[in-house]
Amino acid sequence: MDYILSVVTLAAINMIAVLGLSIFTGFTGLFSFGHAAFVGVGAYASAILTYYYYVPFFIALVAGAFAAAAVSLIIGVPTLRAKLRSDYFAIAILGFGEAFRVILENLEITNGARGLPGIDSFTTLPIVLVALAFSVWITRNFLKSRYGVACIAIREDPVAAEMSGVGLFRTRLLSLVLSAFLCGLSGGLMAHFLSFIQPVMFTLVQSTQLLAAVIAGGMGSITGPLFASFLFIVLPEALRVANMWRLVAYGLMLVLIMIYRPQGIMGYQELPDLFRRKISRSGTK
Amino acid sequence: MAHLLEMENLTKDFGGIRAVDSLTCCVDEGSITGIIGPNGAGKTTVFNLITGVYRPTTGAILLEGASIVGDRPDVIVGKGVTRTFQNIRLFNRQTCLENVMTPLLQRTPCSLFSALLRTPHARRVDRTVRAKAMSLLVAMGIESYADAKASTLPYGLQRKLEIARALAAEPKLLLLDEPAAGMNPEETRSLADLIARVHADFNVSILLIEHHMDLVMNICSPVIVMNFGALLAVGRPDEVRADERVIGAYLGRKKRDGNKAAAPEGAEGEDRHAGARR
Repeated sequence: MDYILSVVTLAAINMIAVLGLSIFTGFTGLFSFGHAAFVGVGAYASAILTYYYYVPFFIALVAGAFAAAAVSLIIGVPTLRAKLRSDYFAIAILGFGEAFRVILENLEITNGARGLPGIDSFTTLPIVLVALAFSVWITRNFLKSRYGVACIAIREDPVAAEMSGVGLFRTRLLSLVLSAFLCGLSGGLMAHFLSFIQPVMFTLVQSTQLLAAVIAGGMGSITGPLFASFLFIVLPEALRVANMWRLVAYGLMLVLIMIYRPQGIMGYQELPDLFRRKISRSGTK
Repeated sequence: MAHLLEMENLTKDFGGIRAVDSLTCCVDEGSITGIIGPNGAGKTTVFNLITGVYRPTTGAILLEGASIVGDRPDVIVGKGVTRTFQNIRLFNRQTCLENVMTPLLQRTPCSLFSALLRTPHARRVDRTVRAKAMSLLVAMGIESYADAKASTLPYGLQRKLEIARALAAEPKLLLLDEPAAGMNPEETRSLADLIARVHADFNVSILLIEHHMDLVMNICSPVIVMNFGALLAVGRPDEVRADERVIGAYLGRKKRDGNKAAAPEGAEGEDRHAGARR
């Protein structure tokens, strides 16, 4: 029971980070291979606060999220101001993510490559679920507002978006900051759940997994990536009985999704949309 | 009439190519001004210069007497200049209503805090913007497609949706880049009516690029003629139509007597040929 609980908790923590990346990739149309770094900033910032300074967990968690948002400005301002195209930006942020890991490995306060052991495990499933619900609510509100609408317009057509009065730099930066904020929140929860963090937990591999969840789940969707990220955490655990084959199954699942649903599980729609369409279709018959 | 938009000695070079060559002309407030000219004359480049997509090499662009050179495109939109595109650019995966709501929302102040928490203020903004967007769709006669994805609309309606979206930014000056491209004569006529109605109902000045001569001759005055990036002629449609240089630019002309028959000259011949260009 404890085991299942911890897998679900971990999945829910991961879902918050995927939700964050979904704002940036799925709704604003910019790819990122570096969002694990923002998870890392949140994890380390909040862990350092509770570990060394005995800051209350909740405050540390919020501070971690804000720290990630602040760090995103460092990479976001120069690259997004230069209006780098999506693929070039992805490479720039990849470099940023790797540089971040090297910094973590060489700082005194992060305890270098050995990582921080013995962080108090404050994170419980109810806390994670509340954080997840809050994140989904914020994201949904954001996407309905002028800011989110501007993000979607940029994804659809940057030139037409500008002609609708959307500032490209401002909007993309805001999208990055909000997505980093959610990733940072996820990182803080993760640090206080695993009670141990080290730099290799926040590398390109993790960034790629986040991005895979967004793309397999579906661009321009909230529910799709959430579902996909849950699947990606739970399925390898469920397949533990199959030993080494579980990783093959994981890869196979990705390949199959991309072949049979290249737009992702829920590309450009939400779960409630599907039900609504079914109702209206059966209503006309 | 006051000048709404003035261009003075506007020049744009792309490498060694001079796309716009010291163009000086203006758009009067309340007018429907047409720009015509052979392909490659620099008409769309002028639009891109006005809207801030390109920065002029030299020259000035004044909107209501104030320079807009160097402003970002979204700032220029905020000052009251919007446009449509030669090859339609819609937010394809968004519904028609959402397409029109996008520029409206950008003009409606709402703090980030209020937006993230969806305060009553944010809800109110959403409701009023939705109603305004709907009224624009009604004005274009496409309200029945409000919830359809923009990409699913037939071509002619996509044009109308794009005009609705441009109007949603509440412009003083509306730039239309070949609005009748790809339309048959009947569709072109109804488009001309629509443009005339938009001009009257929304109190907006219009600058339009078009190859359909009948459309230009019917609703535009004055007409600006460009050739090789430079101003060739300006005047009322009938004046322009009779202008020797315009006829030369459109049809080409034999400089000396050749073996082949000379291209037909005179107003009537020009009219027929130009009208049949597309």
